[in-house]
Amino acid sequence: MSRHKISFSVNGERHELEVEANRTLLQLLREDLEMTGTKRACERGDCGLCTVLMDGEPVKSCLVLAVEVDGREVTTIEGLAKGEKLTRLQRAFIEHGAVQCGFCTPAFIVAGEALLKRNPHPSEDEVKEAVGGILCRCTGYRQIIDAILDAAKGRE
Amino acid sequence: MKKYSYIGERVPRIDAIEKVTGAAQYAADLRLPGMLHVKLLKSPHAHARIVRIDTSEAEKLPGVRAILTGKEVPYKFGIYMQDKEVLAQEKVHHVGEPVVAVAADTEEIAERAVELIKVEYGELPPIFDVREAWKEGAPLVHERLHEYKHAPFIFPKPHTNIANHFKLRKGDVERGFKEADVILENEFYQPQVQNVQMETHTSIGQWLPNGQINIWTSAQSPFAVRHLLSAGLGVPIHKINVVVPYVGGGFGGKAGLHWEPLVVLLSKKVGGRPVKLVMTREEQFNTTAVRQGFYARIKTGVKRDGKIVAGEFLYVWDAGAYADYGVNIGRAAGYSCTGPYEIPNVKCDSLTIYTNHPYGTAYRGFGHAEFHFAVERQMDLVARAIGMDPVEFRLKNAALPGRITATGEKLREDAGRVDECINAVAEAIGWGKKGPKQVGGKLRGIGIAALWKAPAMPSFTSSSAILKLNEDGSVTLSISSTEIGQGTPTALAQMVAEELQMPIEKVKVVTKQETDFGPYSWQTVASRGLFMEGNATLNAARKLKEQVKGMAAQLLGVPEEELVVADEKVFVPGRPDKGLPLAKLATAGIFPDGRGIGGPVLGYGYYTAEGLTNLDPETGQGLPALMWTFGAQGAEVEVDPETGDVKVIKVVSAFDIGKAINPSLLEGQIYGGIVQGIGSALMEEFIFNGRGVLLNNNLTDYKICRAQDIPDELVFIPIENPQRNAPHGVRGIGEHPRISIEPAIANAIYDAIGVDLFEIPMTREKVWRALQKGRKNAAT
Repeated sequence: MSRHKISFSVNGERHELEVEANRTLLQLLREDLEMTGTKRACERGDCGLCTVLMDGEPVKSCLVLAVEVDGREVTTIEGLAKGEKLTRLQRAFIEHGAVQCGFCTPAFIVAGEALLKRNPHPSEDEVKEAVGGILCRCTGYRQIIDAILDAAKGRE
Repeated sequence: MKKYSYIGERVPRIDAIEKVTGAAQYAADLRLPGMLHVKLLKSPHAHARIVRIDTSEAEKLPGVRAILTGKEVPYKFGIYMQDKEVLAQEKVHHVGEPVVAVAADTEEIAERAVELIKVEYGELPPIFDVREAWKEGAPLVHERLHEYKHAPFIFPKPHTNIANHFKLRKGDVERGFKEADVILENEFYQPQVQNVQMETHTSIGQWLPNGQINIWTSAQSPFAVRHLLSAGLGVPIHKINVVVPYVGGGFGGKAGLHWEPLVVLLSKKVGGRPVKLVMTREEQFNTTAVRQGFYARIKTGVKRDGKIVAGEFLYVWDAGAYADYGVNIGRAAGYSCTGPYEIPNVKCDSLTIYTNHPYGTAYRGFGHAEFHFAVERQMDLVARAIGMDPVEFRLKNAALPGRITATGEKLREDAGRVDECINAVAEAIGWGKKGPKQVGGKLRGIGIAALWKAPAMPSFTSSSAILKLNEDGSVTLSISSTEIGQGTPTALAQMVAEELQMPIEKVKVVTKQETDFGPYSWQTVASRGLFMEGNATLNAARKLKEQVKGMAAQLLGVPEEELVVADEKVFVPGRPDKGLPLAKLATAGIFPDGRGIGGPVLGYGYYTAEGLTNLDPETGQGLPALMWTFGAQGAEVEVDPETGDVKVIKVVSAFDIGKAINPSLLEGQIYGGIVQGIGSALMEEFIFNGRGVLLNNNLTDYKICRAQDIPDELVFIPIENPQRNAPHGVRGIGEHPRISIEPAIANAIYDAIGVDLFEIPMTREKVWRALQKGRKNAAT
């Protein structure tokens, strides 16, 4: 397998390393950088649990090759809170009971943050559309949708 | 004095910050020095002898550290039926069963090694149809069933595929049918489905040269893993330590024992290096446990006035290749077979049957979601046959306090009220009101279904709790109920803070479980945690107070009975001079001259299920239920008659939960359960080809509900008739919201389009075909 030098940043920290051509962004994050907040649950783009932001846009990191992040900016769940200060959306997830087992929570929050940046006042349907590619088996989604809508209100 | 009030409050989850920041750790996030990775070679056949295994090429691959085959590990595991092989030994029992396991430096190397292994099989005739599998002459999935160890309340039939035959006989069913004015018999069917926990099964095992076995695993029940591993391998239980970090969803599928034996046996083979197995999503469908398939035949005898006089229930469970857990699902469904109704004459046979499908296990509801589909469809069909309103019919036969269940239990006055649940749902769903039937070419209807369930468990299961007082006056609660998303640790923190009258910020509940340190708990299953761990925790808090008061009485020179614990102090009310901060008592009591008394304060509490009995093997009579949680679900659907598409637009749920400890956590259980139920009602099913190969073993082809699929409106009505022997009156609720969604939807579909469905999932195709059939019948 050919190896490639890549240079990129994750949550504002720069990294330069060499990766095999078939390595995915998900493997790069979880295994090489030991950032385990991003979850692996199907590795074929069905469940969306590995969602991270690449230059601000949500992507399923199991479907992105590590070499593709060369020169890019990646944001993961670990990069959202500033120390102990949670984002408004993270707080809304707690207030609305939108967290249960927590395995899908990072993906929903990352995707929710991207939505609110792009569309600060989404409708309920727009929220459902934005997180529609991420699966949750615990919550029934109701409290997740409410948390995102509520965080949007808080932006006014 | 400040009053601390937490019961009934929307306290945020204690694990929430870890989970919203990505800091929460799950088994797959753990990495240990020297750790190896496992991949499995799986059977392509549903039923075949293993003739030869050639691993020679794989062994040569650099980075391969161990290859394990079934012959090397001749063990059987299981909770109620010890039938489960960790790697297939003499033959394979289903497609996807592991045959060889490879441990290597990386997953990629292990995968390549698996591809180099050659296995020769001798195919055997498979059996897939559960309705045929229990008959004479069917191919046997387990020829040596008669040799298997099993729980005393399980009744296998040697030399057949019947892993358990549960029998219940109440009254005289034949006489009952003679008294009946109308007799109606129907059949119902459901395929196997998957729990689809977002975290796949993950285990790390280490078997050290000194015999110490360490396990880190995504299990619901660390003590059950320890016990079942010890029993299966024949190793001393104190040499096993099981660690369970956060679990990414269980829904029953991670109860009991799963892949822990495989990783520790591999570790033994490599001299004690830790070995990690993370199931792929495909393996989660093919290889790990699933929900059993289900076939039911129900015959009901009813009087014209609406009183049910006889019920005959045949429940047949497609356990698949192994029935280690499934046998008890058949039993639990058997003793609850009537649903929440009193029927004077009952005959029930609930058969757990081996087939060559993937093997079944617990799935949220433990058989009750399945059989309530049949029972609650039948209730509507019988009501229609005698021209009675389905709600009135249910109320007339409801299992109310004082009435007698199928096992002969007289329901206590504090047993909870199904009639209140049914009435609340009927009102909120608009029962009896004429809403718009047709909306833009689509047809609307409403349906209702009731339910009951008690924790399914051996009669003597127990839980315990340890509450430690710390040097700053805070307390630490250890329990062994795992945090699988349900939120029990948060509810227990509320109970501790309320009982000790202290700020909840000073209560820590340990969420990472470890059997070497934690107190015993049977399992995190069956909607039993809040009730049983809750009672154990309150007992521990009371013991802690006794110890504190004992020391304070000596130090303050006052009688123990005058002392009160509250506000982080122990004191005599109204006597400001007679008090001490709890912090001063944490490690010992100290007299002014420096003498120490007492010792570190630690409250130990336990709770054992009270008064339950084994059931009579011939009649099923006895007391199986610690508590019944009753409920009702109502659904409003919109059916597109052109496409057969069903949209659930509203669900109304009412449960007699006794007392809501934390409404936010409670609503989470309700909404989540409903949406899982909608998935099973409308879209989820295992689709096999004729050779037992699962065709939809991924989340592209096996759909679960997405955010877009949930009802527009979810209404939850809590009903709070407290249970006498429960902490604050609570009843279990984890599984119940997922039960009776399917029949509520099916009954609503009938209301909308006049079509009766007897199978789930009620896919577009099935609804459309049923509609076409109806039209054809109308035309002829």
